[in-house]
Amino acid sequence: MSVPYDLQKNFSEVVSALKPKEAIDEANRCLFCYDAPCIKACPTSIDIPMFIRKIATGNLLGSARTIMEANPVGASCARVCPTEELCEGACVLNHASRPIMIGLLQRHATDWAIRNNVTLFEKGEPNGKRVAIVGAGPAGLSAARELARLGYAVTIYEAKEKAGGLNTYGIVSFRLPQEIPLWEVEQVEALGVTIKTNTRVGVDIMPDELVESYDSVLLAVGMGSVPALHIPGEELEGVLDAIALVEETKTRPLSTEMVGKKVVVIGAGNTAIDAATCSKRLGADHVQILYRRTAQEMNCYQFEYEFAKQDGVEFRWLVAPKRVLGNNGRVTGLELIRMELGEPDAKGRKRPVPIPGSEFSIEVDFVVKAIGQNRHVALVEQFGLQHENGIVSVEEGTYRTSHPKVFAAGDVIFGGGKTDAMVVDAANHGKRAAHAIDKAIRDQKQPV
Amino acid sequence: MADLSINLAGIQSPNPFWLASAPPTNSGYQVQRAFEAGWGGAVWKTLGEPIINVSSRFAGLTFGGQRVFGFNNIELITDKPLEVNLKEMDETKKRFPKHTLIASLMVEHKREAWHEIVKKVEAIGVDGLELNFGCPHGMAERGMGSAVGQHPDLIRQQVEWVKEVAKTPVIVKLTPNITDIRFTARAAAEGGADAISMINTINSLMGVDLDKWLPIPHVDGKGAHGGYCGPAVKPIALNMVAECARDPFVGVPISGIGGISNWRDAVEFLLMGATGVQVCTAAMHHGFRIVEDMIDGLNNYLDQRGIASVMDIVGKAVHTYSDWGNLNLNYKVVARIHEETCIHCNKCHIACEDTSHQCIEIVRDDATGKERLVVREEDCVGCNLCSIVCPVEGTIEMVEIPTGKPPLSWNQRQAALAGGGSCET
Repeated sequence: MSVPYDLQKNFSEVVSALKPKEAIDEANRCLFCYDAPCIKACPTSIDIPMFIRKIATGNLLGSARTIMEANPVGASCARVCPTEELCEGACVLNHASRPIMIGLLQRHATDWAIRNNVTLFEKGEPNGKRVAIVGAGPAGLSAARELARLGYAVTIYEAKEKAGGLNTYGIVSFRLPQEIPLWEVEQVEALGVTIKTNTRVGVDIMPDELVESYDSVLLAVGMGSVPALHIPGEELEGVLDAIALVEETKTRPLSTEMVGKKVVVIGAGNTAIDAATCSKRLGADHVQILYRRTAQEMNCYQFEYEFAKQDGVEFRWLVAPKRVLGNNGRVTGLELIRMELGEPDAKGRKRPVPIPGSEFSIEVDFVVKAIGQNRHVALVEQFGLQHENGIVSVEEGTYRTSHPKVFAAGDVIFGGGKTDAMVVDAANHGKRAAHAIDKAIRDQKQPV
Repeated sequence: MADLSINLAGIQSPNPFWLASAPPTNSGYQVQRAFEAGWGGAVWKTLGEPIINVSSRFAGLTFGGQRVFGFNNIELITDKPLEVNLKEMDETKKRFPKHTLIASLMVEHKREAWHEIVKKVEAIGVDGLELNFGCPHGMAERGMGSAVGQHPDLIRQQVEWVKEVAKTPVIVKLTPNITDIRFTARAAAEGGADAISMINTINSLMGVDLDKWLPIPHVDGKGAHGGYCGPAVKPIALNMVAECARDPFVGVPISGIGGISNWRDAVEFLLMGATGVQVCTAAMHHGFRIVEDMIDGLNNYLDQRGIASVMDIVGKAVHTYSDWGNLNLNYKVVARIHEETCIHCNKCHIACEDTSHQCIEIVRDDATGKERLVVREEDCVGCNLCSIVCPVEGTIEMVEIPTGKPPLSWNQRQAALAGGGSCET
């Protein structure tokens, strides 16, 4: 199949950086509030007025350091944070004019640091203690950065070829180019942190071994693949996992097999949006998001919804897949059933109820599943940790699991909420868990 | 990390950023908060016979949407008894022994009054004294502040009195409300001042209420001139610092004051001869926390240039500041407009056409219908106006055009002509 246009172009960053004048004008518009609501709205408590003031005075190195000090994945967060819901949503100027473009200013400062190849932090005096971290995603990297600055010898075990976790593999390139998280990884490695990639804990090295040979272990493995729909036909060729689909666009030459095809995405969270816009940008002619509830119950952010519509993605509410139809082992269609909203469930969301006899079929070439993510239950159990459906139980505030030497942070402890798990939350967990680990190890050293 | 500590006439400070004597240094509570935030020193709100203040004291100048571009005030010196101030200063110094604490003083024109107050404040362990010969409002009407600072003789005399008893370094704070500040700076040095600080505030009327026809601010229907400060006064202050720094008859270190809002401003003052800076308006606008960027920005500036100590930049640009008569008449710059970043506002064209030398043309390309701004370099005098009004930084560059002629200043030219020689410019 010939490529009708340059697919690669579709995957370059959508949002442009601020122009120099734009950045200075915007930075000077910030009021430098005292006890600023934007800081409180940031899970990692970045001193936003300060980093913006530093942009205004031309102290870009200081600005980048202020950001990255609070958030070790601050360059990625500048691009992927739902700023309308966080810092920018809290900006006092919402009441007087327009909020400050905090995300873009954060990107301006961190882009400067990336361009100028600066190392922002130094490792601490070695204290002779060793910590193992399982998973090199936002939580793991944040924890490693903090621990290395405190003087710990840190080793991260990462199953994939590269570090960065979701930021490297799971967020579409047109929102977060891979070089950004990889720069954050370099910043962590510059502190002497060892990252053992292609090393799967539980397969290549056993949890017991880590717990025995390190002073502490942090489990930051995030979540896994998309679960099964549990409908007939799911095994057909053309049924894809949304996360794997995004990953493929970030790790391999772009495939042309979707060009001109019909794609449906099942689910309406942010991953579903990513899969849908990805499909569109891979050349699919017709992309639909199918959701069993309505727009009101969707998990995705408003701006993601708007973005998908801009990309030409169609939304179909109150439908659920019943059966994947196929021919010669390949998807050819999807049988759907119409739903209506019933009584609210435990979370207060109205439960979708099938309308008997409302089945109908559509023709599709690809079915992309985006209905959440599996938990790494087996690994959690190998560690012997208490959990609920794979969500590791931790002590409030200390991130300590049921095993005194093992801590957990990031999506592995995310128990669901109003929105998807956020990168910035994982970064915050990692940072706090690092300090909890430090405290636990130091307390241990005190003679009883 | 560069060494940011300074030594101003023997006064040590952990960094060059001090709070100026003003409302922010009115109490121990405030100064201690400032030291916690990172300020290296503070000049306490001027001590003297306690005064009675009026209500409605400050006004701000908003310019093009930027608030506090300028600022003025009619607040007087401390309104607290000396003992109360001394107790708070003592507590502050004990809590922050490494930070610099300077006592600002203003008493009537009497030798005994100066002796008495100097002994009292030095007894609690201040690091230095600053004599306030600068305040232009209120106190000047009582023969103090700028009323002294406008008379070299009075300055010299009072500095001498202070130096008779002072054991710590004496800084003399000067008023800019004078024709040539070098004369009062020299008088301070002659009297034995260890350092001078400048500028105090400038006489000003901030505005007039268009509806009430009243001065801004007014006190029950009447206003009086106030002391003007803030970013808008920086160029005036910087010139005065530079003039004193290059004057061989002044010859004492300078503490720079006047519109310093960030580390960049501070670097400019240091390069032009200030050994440290004092800040007030920026802190009043944003709080003490701004010092974080001042310290960080200055440190990064020095580190990026491989400069080990902030003292290494003090006065480094003073030799480049001179008299007009020494400027090279054969040096020529012209404007270059960078088409790739030009946004075609045409402000450079109209500025040049209406108010300068009519050498920027709007050239229309008939083929594309697009317009370009083109400088006729032979007519450009290098005034810089276009690059000043251009809204996009770097789009209009002033570039040197070699004239092929040797450097020749007005003074050299006149000397040559007087000597009977010929000279081309």
